[in-house]
Amino acid sequence: MSAADIQLDDQGRLRHFIAIEGLPRALLTQILDNAERFAPVGDRTVKKVPLLRGRTVANLFFEPSTRTRTTFDLAAKRLSADVLNLNIEASSTKKGESLADTLRNLEAMQCDMFVVRHQVSGAAHFIAQQVAPYISVINGGDGRHEHPTQGMLDAFTIRRHKQDFTRLKIAIVGDVAHSRVARSNIQALKILGVPDLRVVGPKTLIPPAIDAMGVTVYDDLDEGIRDCDVVITLRLQQERMQSALLPSAHEYFREYGLTADRMRLAAPDAIVMHPGPINRGVEIDSAVADGAQSVILQQVTYGIAVRMAVMAMILGSQAQAGAA
Amino acid sequence: MQYDIEALIHTMAEQLQTRLVAAGISSPALVGIRTGGVWVAERLRAHLGLAEPLGELNIAFYRDDFSRIGIHPTVEPSVLPFDVDGRDLILVDDILYTGRTVRAAMNEIFDYGRPRSIQLVVLFDRSGRELPIEAQVVGAHLSLQPGEHAKLTGPSSLSLEIHRARA
Repeated sequence: MSAADIQLDDQGRLRHFIAIEGLPRALLTQILDNAERFAPVGDRTVKKVPLLRGRTVANLFFEPSTRTRTTFDLAAKRLSADVLNLNIEASSTKKGESLADTLRNLEAMQCDMFVVRHQVSGAAHFIAQQVAPYISVINGGDGRHEHPTQGMLDAFTIRRHKQDFTRLKIAIVGDVAHSRVARSNIQALKILGVPDLRVVGPKTLIPPAIDAMGVTVYDDLDEGIRDCDVVITLRLQQERMQSALLPSAHEYFREYGLTADRMRLAAPDAIVMHPGPINRGVEIDSAVADGAQSVILQQVTYGIAVRMAVMAMILGSQAQAGAA
Repeated sequence: MQYDIEALIHTMAEQLQTRLVAAGISSPALVGIRTGGVWVAERLRAHLGLAEPLGELNIAFYRDDFSRIGIHPTVEPSVLPFDVDGRDLILVDDILYTGRTVRAAMNEIFDYGRPRSIQLVVLFDRSGRELPIEAQVVGAHLSLQPGEHAKLTGPSSLSLEIHRARA
């Protein structure tokens, strides 16, 4: 399923942000550069610029989320947009309202942008096809497909610390098969030119055809992170253990848990990342998560700037298209 | 017409110094509007012998034309490396035209704090104001034909380019 056809307008400007797959490197670099410009806004006393004053952003979360929803919320507010937070699981659908009816109602409230989080892959793409032409959609995570703003904020964090993507060795460790974050990371980092990109995990959690995405597969953690400049750990979801893909959390930690001892195999100045929320003692040891090499909390801060950049670029292209 | 821009800035610095003394302002802070205003402000700072680093504003997030032309593709963010609260500021731009850039710059400054005062210093003043904004110190007045545009080029050697807009 390619989203590239609907997310760029005829001028190549970002219209929706559904997936990183298929986007040109210049556009990803533009997102990162714009995020650099927005980052200092968060350091000021007045953490707000008037760029999107009067625009309305609706956060449509069909699946629970704290970090993603609050950082989208803050990003929109720091751009002076008004924000509606809808926890759809708890409202309309329980009353039997169809998705199409929910969307029509939000259109009638004159929203300009939907941020969509949904448990089904392709949901954001589907909604982008359904909505009125004056509404833009940002994918806040759809099933196992993509989480493009997370992919970009991870790329932003890596660029802040390592500058040049084309010299890096990066390992993504854990449950790659069920991870939309991993997919967006792989897409972004390949497009940005990372030459040595690895996925590390037990065979049951690595998708069979993943090498077609240009990554090298390791099932041994020590081999997988050796000499890496960046180690991205993924959250291990508890339900994977119930579905018998894994024996136990304890055993997973023994084989794939990132510990300080193991981090010594990576490059001495390597950084450790995690999209959160972390399972301490499952995929990562507390000593690493809270250690000097961890940039996990910076990822949260940078996520706001990256989401500001994407929102401003999309609503800016909407404005330009409207003025043309 | 050719301008000796370094000489203009030298004269502006003298006028500004006189104004500051008359107003009893002893420790002003300079803020240049990117990009041309920063080049002019750097030179004024050297003339005035100010120790404080220069503030640099990129007003892209405060422009009033976002709903017509979207986000501006410039990369450098704003940097105000001093406390704005209670400060006497000197806002510097290269060319004062409609006044919209200065309006945006002042809005941005107030998101950093409440300055005690702001003086506006511009290298060139051309007619065509759309807002009630005037500069306190002006290097030279430009008289341009309708459809002509002026642009300062730099940064090592400053010169004024005048060209006709493409139809």
